[in-house]
Amino acid sequence: MSGHSVEDIKKSVKVYIGVFAALAVLTVVTVAASYLDLSSGEAFFLAIIIASVKGTLVAGYFMHLFSEKTTVLAVLGLTFFFLIVIMFLPFMAFTDQAVI
Amino acid sequence: MEIPYNVEERQDTGMFNAKLGIWLFLASEVMLFGGLFSAYVFLRMGDVTGTFISGASELNIPLATFNTLVLISSSVTMIMSWVSLKLGEQKKFKTYLGTTLLLAGVFLVVKYFEYTAKFHHGIFPETSTFFAIYFTLTGLHMLHIIGGMVVIFYFLVPGSKMMNTESERFTNRIEIVGLYWHFVDLVWIFLFPVLYLL
Amino acid sequence: MSGQPDTHHEESFWRKYIFSIDHKVIGLQYGITALIFLFFGFCLMMMMRWQLAYPEQPMPWFGWLFGETGVMLPEMYNSLGAMHGTVMIFLGVVPLAVGAFGNYFVPLQIGAPDMAFPKVNMTSYWCYFAGGIVMMVGFFVPGGAANSGWTSYPPLADIATTGQTVWLFGMVLLITSSLLGSINTITTIVQLRAKGLTWMRLPFFVWSQFVTAFLLLLAFPPLEAAGVLQLMDRLLDTSFFLPSGLIVSGEVLNVSGGGSPLLWQHMFWFLAHPEVYVLILPAMGIVAEVLSNNTRKPLWGYKSIVYASSFLGFMSFIVWAHHMFMTGMGSTISAFFQTTTMIISVPSVVILTAMFISLWGASIRYNSAMLFALGFLPMFGIGGLTGLPLGIAASDIHLHDTYYVIGHFHYVVAPGTIFALFAGVYYWFPKMTGKTLNETLGKIHFWLSMIFINGIFMPMFVQGLAGVSRRLWDGGASYAHATDTLWLNEVMSASAWLLGLAQIPFIYNLIKSMKSGEKAESNHWDATTLEWTDAPSPPLPHRNFEVIPEVYRGPYEYSVPGADKDFTPQSEA
Repeated sequence: MSGHSVEDIKKSVKVYIGVFAALAVLTVVTVAASYLDLSSGEAFFLAIIIASVKGTLVAGYFMHLFSEKTTVLAVLGLTFFFLIVIMFLPFMAFTDQAVI
Repeated sequence: MEIPYNVEERQDTGMFNAKLGIWLFLASEVMLFGGLFSAYVFLRMGDVTGTFISGASELNIPLATFNTLVLISSSVTMIMSWVSLKLGEQKKFKTYLGTTLLLAGVFLVVKYFEYTAKFHHGIFPETSTFFAIYFTLTGLHMLHIIGGMVVIFYFLVPGSKMMNTESERFTNRIEIVGLYWHFVDLVWIFLFPVLYLL
Repeated sequence: MSGQPDTHHEESFWRKYIFSIDHKVIGLQYGITALIFLFFGFCLMMMMRWQLAYPEQPMPWFGWLFGETGVMLPEMYNSLGAMHGTVMIFLGVVPLAVGAFGNYFVPLQIGAPDMAFPKVNMTSYWCYFAGGIVMMVGFFVPGGAANSGWTSYPPLADIATTGQTVWLFGMVLLITSSLLGSINTITTIVQLRAKGLTWMRLPFFVWSQFVTAFLLLLAFPPLEAAGVLQLMDRLLDTSFFLPSGLIVSGEVLNVSGGGSPLLWQHMFWFLAHPEVYVLILPAMGIVAEVLSNNTRKPLWGYKSIVYASSFLGFMSFIVWAHHMFMTGMGSTISAFFQTTTMIISVPSVVILTAMFISLWGASIRYNSAMLFALGFLPMFGIGGLTGLPLGIAASDIHLHDTYYVIGHFHYVVAPGTIFALFAGVYYWFPKMTGKTLNETLGKIHFWLSMIFINGIFMPMFVQGLAGVSRRLWDGGASYAHATDTLWLNEVMSASAWLLGLAQIPFIYNLIKSMKSGEKAESNHWDATTLEWTDAPSPPLPHRNFEVIPEVYRGPYEYSVPGADKDFTPQSEA
């Protein structure tokens, strides 16, 4: 990360503190959301969405992904696609079982 | 002849070697935990006796919420330790890194209490598929925390001399450790709602 | 700063040859270890083939391995079968294709002084070595080595003998080795390419290693997870893969139940399908190098081959359930996987066709490397074509778990990949050792291998179509529908033993030439790629190049019109 001036770094500290606050709030939101009366599928998606927002903040700011060049983003994009594949295809195979 | 781009960044990729290396490692870890999450989904779908719902209700949500905030805080202190290094503030660096280690320790202590409470009530991995996947996911995550703590301790004490002898290389190494540590936090951000709240 | 002092201090024997961090030494370590394991896996098969040809007959010469009677028990057959697959894939082919050739030649072909992480490289070799030792230990525990197939399906694998636990620990070590290696390969190729070496100027061998590394990186972790889950089932009495109410030896198993054997299958095949592309891609890479060099023409359709191999790697992640058509899956999901499976056959055809077209109008040099590369082409064609009826669920009903499947995949891996790896040995031996292999012995090795390997695997299609199941210790002798094709067992077994004999000229050639072979110049084959044009004759120095070369052209500029010689090095301006 050469090329970051002292001012840039001091600015990013403010961002990090802001992200920390957002993460703390979202944690409370996560727990609060669990008290909503939702079907298990809806609850799962809501939980994943809130967690994804938190995750994006961690990855984007703490892990500097928002300021990286394409190489790493391409690798992670590919990984994310295969993550969706392994999360959902077995589940879809399970639900689409043959009727005997 | 040196291996190029060990410390300085390669122009077109914008990274030094170890940064790409750690991201590739983290990509494989995404697939590792992803595989386990997929197992969670599959097992829950096949759970006809409701062990997932009854099992989750045995878990201590307030304690886990506290632990979530502990880990997020440790992520902040981790990045602040890197910031301190970039600004040349060595003492602050050590303070922040030490705090990260401390917070990780707190996380472990809470987990210890959680686990022993379960064992005390006769709840083990073999009790049900829910607890099997619960202990596996949180256990593997815990192993990752311990591994991270070992590395952080190394850079805090025995390996800290490089801070003065090769400072740019040392800063890069702390950045790498930070990336790993944030990832461990990230996994917990997903683990917590899935296991405890669903 | 590399962290490794590059001074000329004398390294101890241990640092120089055993715990070396030089990619060339590590590549050789991988190569020698892998060749030994390949030979061992071959021996396991030769023993299996005795049982198949002459069930329950005492085995000559090696019968003492099976106790007083000299007769192999069915359980032992199962162990041999599971370990043959495991050893060949994880201890033989992949370490040779990726660990040996990849490690040795990727840095050289991209003009790099070493891999990006030399110490990680050394660690990955020793993890592989440790994994191999652990796998061998399995043979000595009570109950023998793993015997639930290389696929280790539960519930059987969950309740199998101790050898299965050993297998799982071995796999954890091997997967670790693989992950470290793939991180190294990808970082090396992305970051350490020499100046002027753009992506589309890379030798296809490097591209094949690049795609392969991604497959290993992203597909192995779910299997590692599944392995941990199976270990927990076996050691901690969990029920990840054990359904409720399972009865073993007349008693209900005392576990919580609620698990699913299908979960294992999904997690296993998520890795194991990309794994087969790990087996074939480096082989295609080697064939591309050998073909272009010995046709003295550029590889036809380089761009198509690059795009096809990347597309192939991508698709390989979404076809895995074609190994599970018979598990009661619904028609929608079955249609999805049949479609993706049919689509994935296209890039393979593109690559193979481009390679065939590369021969058109060529001045072919028929040396041993080229013979094996040429032999690869139709053999891989047969392997690929016979896969099609397996990828269609309707025909798979009849062929699943029969000898047809064994014939199909062996055609791709044995006269396919392994022939390509032999081509690699003959091609790169002069660069690794500074000596040449004897050509006459090489030609004998090729022709005998070609004949006998077809003798083993072609009859398998006949038996499979007749309905003979795989993994039967007596080769189908107790089934009425197999009677007409049983005689083929003797044919296949004889071919297998003769194939074993056919390797003797090769082994002799390797050892003799290393000791006293004819000296090779540094660009023995008049090739265009950097390992030949810019790296000196062995022993190659630490860090490879006096000066890092700069690249000005593509990898296969043979017979360029107007040039003074029939090859133009990549580093020539």
